[in-house]
Amino acid sequence: MKYTMSVLVTNQPGVLSKVAGLFSRRGFNIDSLAVGTTEDPTVSRMTIVVDGDEYIVEQVEKQLNKLIPVIKVKTLEQGSHIPRTLSLIKVSVSAGQRADIMRISELMGARIVDATRTSLTIEFSDTAERADTLETLLKPYGIREIVRTGTIAIEKGADPIRKTQT
Amino acid sequence: MNGAQAMVKCLEREKIRTIFGYPGAAICPFYDALLDSKVHHVLVRTEQNAAHAASGYARTTGGVGVCVATSGPGATNLLTGIASAYMDSIPLVVITGQVKSDLIGRDVFQEADITGAAEPFTKHSYLVTKAADLPRVFKEAFYIAAAGRPGPVLIDIPVDIQLHTVPKFDYDTPVDILSYKPSVQGHPLQIKKAVTALMAAKRPVLCAGGGVFSAKAQKELRALVEAFDLPTVCTMMGVGALPSAHPLNLGMLGSHGCVPANKAIRDADLVVMAGARVGDRAVAAPNQVAGRAKIIHIDIDPAEIGKNMAAHIPIVGDLKQVLGALAEKIEEKAPAEWVQVVTDRKKRYAAKSIDPLDKYVEPKTFLRAFSKRLESNAVVCADVGQNQIWCANNVEVREGRLFTSGGMGTMGYSIPCALGVKCADPKRRVIAVCGDGSFQMSMMELATICQEQKGVKIIVMRNGRLGMVRELQKNHYNEAYSGVLLDGSPDFVKIAAAYGIRARSVSSNEEAMAAVEEMLADDQPYLLECVVPWDYPSL
Repeated sequence: MKYTMSVLVTNQPGVLSKVAGLFSRRGFNIDSLAVGTTEDPTVSRMTIVVDGDEYIVEQVEKQLNKLIPVIKVKTLEQGSHIPRTLSLIKVSVSAGQRADIMRISELMGARIVDATRTSLTIEFSDTAERADTLETLLKPYGIREIVRTGTIAIEKGADPIRKTQT
Repeated sequence: MNGAQAMVKCLEREKIRTIFGYPGAAICPFYDALLDSKVHHVLVRTEQNAAHAASGYARTTGGVGVCVATSGPGATNLLTGIASAYMDSIPLVVITGQVKSDLIGRDVFQEADITGAAEPFTKHSYLVTKAADLPRVFKEAFYIAAAGRPGPVLIDIPVDIQLHTVPKFDYDTPVDILSYKPSVQGHPLQIKKAVTALMAAKRPVLCAGGGVFSAKAQKELRALVEAFDLPTVCTMMGVGALPSAHPLNLGMLGSHGCVPANKAIRDADLVVMAGARVGDRAVAAPNQVAGRAKIIHIDIDPAEIGKNMAAHIPIVGDLKQVLGALAEKIEEKAPAEWVQVVTDRKKRYAAKSIDPLDKYVEPKTFLRAFSKRLESNAVVCADVGQNQIWCANNVEVREGRLFTSGGMGTMGYSIPCALGVKCADPKRRVIAVCGDGSFQMSMMELATICQEQKGVKIIVMRNGRLGMVRELQKNHYNEAYSGVLLDGSPDFVKIAAAYGIRARSVSSNEEAMAAVEEMLADDQPYLLECVVPWDYPSL
């Protein structure tokens, strides 16, 4: 089972390695990890997708909370948050296929951000599952390169994470 | 004021009287500033022992211990000591010099990424980048080391930062770390649940861990145990949490523990885990215990609860407060038949006679007699190996302590630890008990003991083997002995003599006890070699 966790940390050097090191030495599996700044410049937010069971998730939460730079850990409930990954996909095109690929992109809600005589580069922001679908659809045309970010996620509703209870 | 002077001033403000270390180029400014301070520096003979000595110092004062080393190998030599303190939750502030800031990452002479290397074994670490930060960093480090569940904190300071000017020395601003606020008050509702469960239990047992000492909760533990007639077992880190001779103290549990303690846990229908992390040596099958008995788990570190054993009633909080609250609220006594069963078992077990040995010291009877002969507040530092198990099960602790490397099982711990104890409390009687393997791992500290003129007493259980590994090979590897012969070891009496330390070798319990009288007659260093059989069980 996949769990999405939001981790607020103080924005200081070495925090990422502390968090990543904790996962490897306790034997927790990370599916993806994304980190970036927040509305507060002293705080960074990591979104970590963990593969495990309830015991693992509880342990991850508790062990993360022990790290001094970790301010808050919250496991996001299924269905109560909006997860997104960003994909950039470079696809080969021959003359007859260009329209097909553009139609697929349009259908999926992706954007063409670069085009050459022999390729199209597509930008797609959606859930990881839909990114997989787009990949499957584009595969027959010849995918030259894919870059994907880890999942980031925000909770539904009006309250920011720092106000909600863990 | 420069950075180094600020560092020394921070130590003074923390009322640190003695630090343990080993100098080098990258920490020279600090050593220079130390000359103008009353903080006493003890020069150990290898850095690892600086951390162990600081651990002994911290465990004796109940405060934070400090050790210092230079960059590179000085820092990496500390790692085993830091890891040992981390596993046993001992508060340390570890200071390391680092190469010049602008050279970091260039693999220059004696450069090592020590904050990175120590990451798994430290509660927190700092690489200081501005001299102005030093007072705040030190104050935070001392706070973090001691607050909540104690542990080592590392401060790595580049040599140039030690020489930069500190514009303003402010050590009065209280520590405010947004992300670190350990909760110490046990939840009242959980405490109420625990009281109800205790009073409903037919066969309750408490298991005391090292957390009892970290929380300085011995008095509260005893109050609860006596208010409720609660039979108590302990982990290796919890030995002496209740005096060994207390009728309700059933001894140490686990794979190397004693029968009365293990049978009590086996039969219990309720177990209170108090400041114990349910390590595999204490509880080999935690799920079986939790399947039979209701578990009340009290710990200041929420991550320990449910990590190794499911808890029915978790209580996150400071043991002193939680045990105190439980003792206050308990109104009944544990069922008398149950208390009778477990205390009878203890009496029968204690009365079993142990056969004396011909031409050897019998270690168990010796340690019992010897520890009874000690001052009531004496500290015994047990090393690792068979000597540790003999000590944990046979040393009688009254108002004193038994210090050992319980979690990490670090050989060579006892002598530097004993030195640290003696530096913290020179009037205390301190004895290090080790084997001939572990003695040779920190034999070099005899020089430090002499230099500091500290009356550390050392007992070496000599059998010419790595006895514990040999026992393992005997029982689990078809008696195929590999790498356990300590041939080539020197004459320890002569070694001691070379340092000017009085020593004696004995090979019977009578001789040993006579030598103990000689050993305890003064406060000078002394080495007693007890020749023990090489095929003798730990239990």
